[in-house]
Amino acid sequence: MTATLLVLWQMVVATAFTPLLVGVMRQVRARLEGRVGPGVLQPYRDVRKLLAKEPLRAEGSSLLLIAAPLVLLTSSLMVVALVPLVTTATVPAVPNDLFVVVSILLIGTVALALLGLDAGTAFGGMGSSRHMMIAALVEPTVLMSVYALSVPVGSSTLSKIVVARGADVSRVVTPAGLLAVVALVVVVLAETGRLPVDNPSTHLELTMIHESMILESAGRDLAWLEVGSWLRLTALLGLVVNLALPWGLASDGAPIGLLVAVAALVAKVLVAGALVAAAEVFMAKVRLFKVPELLAGSFVLAFLAVTASYLAG
Amino acid sequence: MTAVGGLLTAFTLTALAVVLAIVVPARQRSLASGGASLGVGVAGILTGVAAITSSPTAVVVIPVALPAGIGIDPLLLSPTPLGGVFCVVVGGVGAVAALYGMGYAHGPAASRTGWSAFAVFLLGMLLVASAGDVVSFLLGWETMAIASTVLLLADHAARPAVRSAAVWYAVMTHLSFLSLATGFALLASRAHSTTFTTIAAAHVTGPTGIAAFLALLLGFATKAGLVPLHVWLPRAHPEAPSHVSAVMSAAMVKLGVYGIIVLTSTWLPEVSRWFSLLVLALGVLSGAYGILQASITSDLKRLLAYSTTENVGLAVTAVGVGMLLANADQGPVADVALVAALLLVVSHAAFKTVLFLGAGTILQATGERDLDRLGGLIRTHPVTTWTFGIAAMGAAALPVTSGFAAEWTLLQALVHGDGRANTTLALALPVTLGLMALTIGLGLLTFVKAFGTAFLARPRSEAAASPAPEFTARPSSAARGLAQVIGAAAVIGLGLAVGPVATTFSSVLGYSGTVTSELGGLRLVTIGVLDPYALALVGLGLALPVALLVLVIRRRVPRRQTDVAWGCGGVRTSPRMEYTATSYAEPLVRVFGEALRPTRSLEVSHLEEDHVLENRVAFAQEVTDIVEDRWYAPAASWLRVVGDQARRVQNGSIHRYLGFSFAALVLVLVVTLS
Repeated sequence: MTATLLVLWQMVVATAFTPLLVGVMRQVRARLEGRVGPGVLQPYRDVRKLLAKEPLRAEGSSLLLIAAPLVLLTSSLMVVALVPLVTTATVPAVPNDLFVVVSILLIGTVALALLGLDAGTAFGGMGSSRHMMIAALVEPTVLMSVYALSVPVGSSTLSKIVVARGADVSRVVTPAGLLAVVALVVVVLAETGRLPVDNPSTHLELTMIHESMILESAGRDLAWLEVGSWLRLTALLGLVVNLALPWGLASDGAPIGLLVAVAALVAKVLVAGALVAAAEVFMAKVRLFKVPELLAGSFVLAFLAVTASYLAG
Repeated sequence: MTAVGGLLTAFTLTALAVVLAIVVPARQRSLASGGASLGVGVAGILTGVAAITSSPTAVVVIPVALPAGIGIDPLLLSPTPLGGVFCVVVGGVGAVAALYGMGYAHGPAASRTGWSAFAVFLLGMLLVASAGDVVSFLLGWETMAIASTVLLLADHAARPAVRSAAVWYAVMTHLSFLSLATGFALLASRAHSTTFTTIAAAHVTGPTGIAAFLALLLGFATKAGLVPLHVWLPRAHPEAPSHVSAVMSAAMVKLGVYGIIVLTSTWLPEVSRWFSLLVLALGVLSGAYGILQASITSDLKRLLAYSTTENVGLAVTAVGVGMLLANADQGPVADVALVAALLLVVSHAAFKTVLFLGAGTILQATGERDLDRLGGLIRTHPVTTWTFGIAAMGAAALPVTSGFAAEWTLLQALVHGDGRANTTLALALPVTLGLMALTIGLGLLTFVKAFGTAFLARPRSEAAASPAPEFTARPSSAARGLAQVIGAAAVIGLGLAVGPVATTFSSVLGYSGTVTSELGGLRLVTIGVLDPYALALVGLGLALPVALLVLVIRRRVPRRQTDVAWGCGGVRTSPRMEYTATSYAEPLVRVFGEALRPTRSLEVSHLEEDHVLENRVAFAQEVTDIVEDRWYAPAASWLRVVGDQARRVQNGSIHRYLGFSFAALVLVLVVTLS
């Protein structure tokens, strides 16, 4: 019961905080580029605005136009509930096994890709095709880094991995652990459509991946898509920082522990987000056909992590 | 019903189906004979269930004798629990496909030959899965091969491609038979018996064991469609009538997997230990190569055929991982891998049946199986859309389908195998995981492409724009829909009931302890828990508030229908500008260009008056199977040369033939007398 409440608490915190993370990332970027920026609260206003706007349904589009955003949002909410962000507690029947988490993420990925195809526009199809290609090529790195992290612990359950790393600092700074986390960072950038794989603020059609799939959506459909994608960012970024700095998470329902955990999460994720945003200012998007090379590089890192974890054990 | 009763019923019903196919007039033939075939399928399921549940297995003994009093072992039909699992797979797929065929079969597939062969095909597969000795196994194998060749030939008059597919299939399937016969002959000569129990007890090893193992592995791998022996699969599956493709792909190739499992676990376990890496490599390469080919092809049925190679590859990967881990004394995890192999087999049987049946409906409605010319079927074919969608989720291993549960189990086995045990494991496990992950990722892309281009977007051709209706007033068309729905329900049902199913498989394989079920979920002791019910409940629990929120907002802000969402005064572009299946896979073709070697041609013709302005641009791209081009084409041309040379020996001269006879006689005398 406590575990269920803790998970609910984590969901509420993460959902409420997600637009702030996006706002901070955009603001950091704006300031570094010499712009004033819209302020860190702008994403909240955007969502409110979109929810009040009239959604459009183009002729020839199917029910998927309405369903896909909801599926993406639900899958993101589920990932936020499962990944250890605030608490390492899990509902016993649904442990946060990383393979399960990854496949729930993939449901959202597939929903987006189908949405891109649904309207039958050239842009939508292009975005969908590229999106799925990247998703397919990211998969080996994801599973391989999971493997590397699970070897020392003997389990692919995220909470166990985070707890084990938190209990023993020497685990965090092993070559295996570091390599795996670096590989995961590349994965997270690719999965959440950040530079250098995709440009979240682009408006040039040929360069965009994520944006071109959601071109046809408007009003609340767009709001669900945006919130869904942001939640993915929070969950994945939160997961990586908690793997790199596995401290401060609440394991039981003690109120002080919970508050500390929330503060720790907000601080860690905001700093990580700000760093990502700052790095993006100095980075250009790589050509689409250079992306596989980047992913292959991260795969090699993950593979090395696995072999290193055997040596260490 | 006992296993014996089930088998006898299957025999009787097959005879009935053949008789009905012959006597009933064409109008009712599909209903009558298809109904009997459906019965054969159900009898197969019952046989399998009986074989799995009742421990002292019943046996059908058919005594045979050769003239001159040469004593040989009787024919035995005694399904083991493992054979029972495959009986259930064959029976289930056969029943659903027969039900579909009752509404679908037309033209030559619904002829007397067509329906007779269908029933015999099902019976042949049941015989293979329940055979207790070499001779009945090979009899069943050959029955299955011949009946499926006949079925494959159904449309030979209409399409020339069918003929070439049938030749490929017949050649490959008989090479498989020859290879199996050789392997079994070696085993039987050592064990001095043809019954499987005696062969297993003989523990054949040494050079004979190795030769027998390789011959049998070759035979089973050919039937299973593993790379590089898969070449018949992408030809035969697309050309067969769709309900037959479903049975071939979902049930028949599984018997190859059955053979590999029995071979490595029962017949030659000692020899198999040395070849676990070979089995693993066959599986992993088939998985990756199969799905890569599937992801770039735009022919829907060819795509499904390559995806069969992929899924069989995954199942064999699981077998290989199990063997490797068992070699390293990691028994419990090895058990999990083999249970995963069976889960993969059953799950693939479920979703691939639905996918092929869906492809059949599309083919019947539009006459097209080229994804580049389909689109928008979600509006006219809701039942097919839903069932194909669910099955595609199964194929892409998304929760909570059967494919997800099966691949989860295999991934857990991979991750929990201890690579520190020896160098082989330390390399094999991560490499397997990496390639398997790539396979899963590409599988996702493949089925998003297949579903998205066939059912979503706007129709890309006239045929797809005005398809035949999904259902007609005739009851037979309802049978078709029902078959698809049953199959889709099985995909979800197997995913939700993974706990009990996996536990059954574990006891079938004779394991205890590692794989248990709790509250419907699957628990792998000391490894992990997967509870699809809870997962589905959490998902629904989270979707509910979102849905309620939408309902509230919808009242305040209604949706507006427009012709173009962001037209800015423009008009809708022509459907020719949509992304097609080929363009969807274009990035992949580029990324894997080295491995695929596509041939491209780009012709640009310029205007007469100005050489800078382009008039027409024609682009063509063809990706052929490199295994076929590199290995089979040279082998075939070499054989042709040899055949031409051999023809010189036969010049029609009677003297020469008499000379040959004399030489043969002398040779026999020399051999026997020395």
